[in-house]
Amino acid sequence: MIFTFSEDYETAIEILAKGREIADSLRLELAAISIIKHDDIANTYIFCGADKVYSIDSELHADIVVDCLFSLINQHKPEILLIGGTRLGKEIAPRIAQKFGAGCVTDCVDFSLEHEKLMVKRFVLGGRFIAAQRFLRNPQIITVPPRRFGKKLDTARTGEIIKTSAKLAEPRVQVLEIKDKSSQMLRIEEADIIVSAGRGVKKKEDLVLIESLAKALGGVVGCSRSVAADLKWLPDEHWVGLSGHKVKPKLYIAIGISGQVQHIAGIRDAKTIIAINSDPNAPIFKACDYGIVGDLYEIVPKLIEILQ
Amino acid sequence: MDIIVCIKQIFDLGQIMVDTATKHPITEGVARKISDFDKNALEEALRIKEKHGGTVLALIGGAKEAAKEALSMGADEAVIYSADSDSLGTATILAEIIHKIKYDLILCGEASIDEFSFQIGPRLAETLGIPVLTYVREMELKDNEVVVERNLENRYEVAKARLPALVTVAKEINEPRIPTLLQILDASKKTITEVSPAKPAAGVETLSILAIEMKRKEVILKDTENLARVIISEKS
Ligand SMILES: Cc1cc2nc3c(=O)[nH]c(=O)nc-3n(C[C@H](O)[C@H](O)[C@H](O)COP(=O)(O)OP(=O)(O)OC[C@H]3O[C@@H](n4cnc5c(N)ncnc54)[C@H](O)[C@@H]3O)c2cc1C
Ligand SMILES: Nc1ncnc2c1ncn2[C@@H]1O[C@H](COP(=O)(O)O)[C@@H](O)[C@H]1O
Repeated sequence: MIFTFSEDYETAIEILAKGREIADSLRLELAAISIIKHDDIANTYIFCGADKVYSIDSELHADIVVDCLFSLINQHKPEILLIGGTRLGKEIAPRIAQKFGAGCVTDCVDFSLEHEKLMVKRFVLGGRFIAAQRFLRNPQIITVPPRRFGKKLDTARTGEIIKTSAKLAEPRVQVLEIKDKSSQMLRIEEADIIVSAGRGVKKKEDLVLIESLAKALGGVVGCSRSVAADLKWLPDEHWVGLSGHKVKPKLYIAIGISGQVQHIAGIRDAKTIIAINSDPNAPIFKACDYGIVGDLYEIVPKLIEILQ
Repeated sequence: MDIIVCIKQIFDLGQIMVDTATKHPITEGVARKISDFDKNALEEALRIKEKHGGTVLALIGGAKEAAKEALSMGADEAVIYSADSDSLGTATILAEIIHKIKYDLILCGEASIDEFSFQIGPRLAETLGIPVLTYVREMELKDNEVVVERNLENRYEVAKARLPALVTVAKEINEPRIPTLLQILDASKKTITEVSPAKPAAGVETLSILAIEMKRKEVILKDTENLARVIISEKS
């Protein structure tokens, strides 16, 4: 059996599509685990690939999720566990793996089967290298980054929904308060065109240039870590790179971004990368399709004018 | 307040070259350093000690030079072992070492910057049977409890747990201090204990590590008009 779990609905159905492929190749059953209050999505999970849905009516809390998954794994002994690689997912996957003395591969970007054995790949060494890994025993626990794989929907699919409850211990971590970051969350992973700002932008007000260009192109604004984390000019959801968001737009324009490996790690899957930078030796020019050496304060306004 | 900080010594990733024939990373001769977020974890431990008293022990997967750096920053003692396992193995080893040490709080980086796997903190807490608070950007100790603010996708979460607990910290939690010459000299008087744990079972095996090939055109354009033309054709 293959189990899937993600608390994030979109990710949950993405990993079901991936899970379905693996389940078909290995002739295994695919079961989605849904932990939510007042569940009404179990049917969708079946349409999206699940043979079974274990539906648990509960608050979402890491300690509870770990308990629920632990007891379901003990009962059903799945070979593979696919977990949505959200921040919650990346906390619970290794915790469960440790309980079973099992391996876990986080942020898996590629799956293949070799002699009926799963081989997975993930980026390592600052995102410049890719490692191929194999599990030494079951359960094989994997987290899959959100927005990495596609979805499938087939409303003719049928399956079984099993409502179950888990006997839960009191969570050891108590949540006191939740502060929303912003109501309009940008999903930069889904953008087709991204115009990104780096340290080459001198003042926060000058971000207007980047925004105008993004607007002229019908795209969204991204940025390097410096701009999001150090200068705090833009919120985290714009942050592109190894420790930010991994994006895959048709067009990525890096403006005043030097192109350090950690930034490049986030844009490897972009179809076309364009760089604007005043330093001809900036590493970004070795990582782009088209580049122009020059001052962004001259080039970007001119570009906006032409494009409008 | 007795604090253990788990520290991983890693290669300076910028110095790693690629063997053009095999695509393997070349790590011979590459300098090593403390993984970035682990410095933040150590800095946070030192600040807690300055406020509440107690001790800071650096538990290091790596060599003496990393221990010296941690001691110079202000750790009271260091335990080192030579690291070479997957996440399951590493967490098992760290737990085995920690079982023999008295502690109230364990700090880890949220991820090591070479593996970036986010695994060791949660795994270690699970093995030790203590609560874990991940992705922490702010923390405070109050009456035998740790209160933190966690950075999650679309929200910050304020949460608390009783001690002993394990916290994994994000880079934004603080700016690690740079030791003074005096502190560096002082550090040589502190104890470094070397332990050699038995090789634990692994959960995954790595078959290959290969450089990702960048196949980009690298065309340099001469003027903005050309750039605009390229943008228009690439966006559709
Ligand atoms: C563990 C770890 C994780 C990291 N994760 C990420 C990540 O996810 N994302 C990320 O982006 N970084 C990440 N970094 C940081 C990364 O190493 C770089 O420090 C960062 O990307 C640099 O940002 P930047 O290119 O904006 O700034 P800089 O490196 O300072 O580059 C600014 C560039 O602007 C150019 N410039 C200056 N003025 C002008 C002008 N007038 N016109 C045109 N160009 C100009 C300069 O030539 C320079 O190339 C990470 C680092 C570590 C250690
Ligand atoms: N070999 C090691 N020795 C000591 N601490 C480690 C080791 N590996 C990882 N850690 C700790 O676990 C954190 C997360 O690492 P990782 O799971 O590899 O991303 C690091 O930031 C360290 O605090």
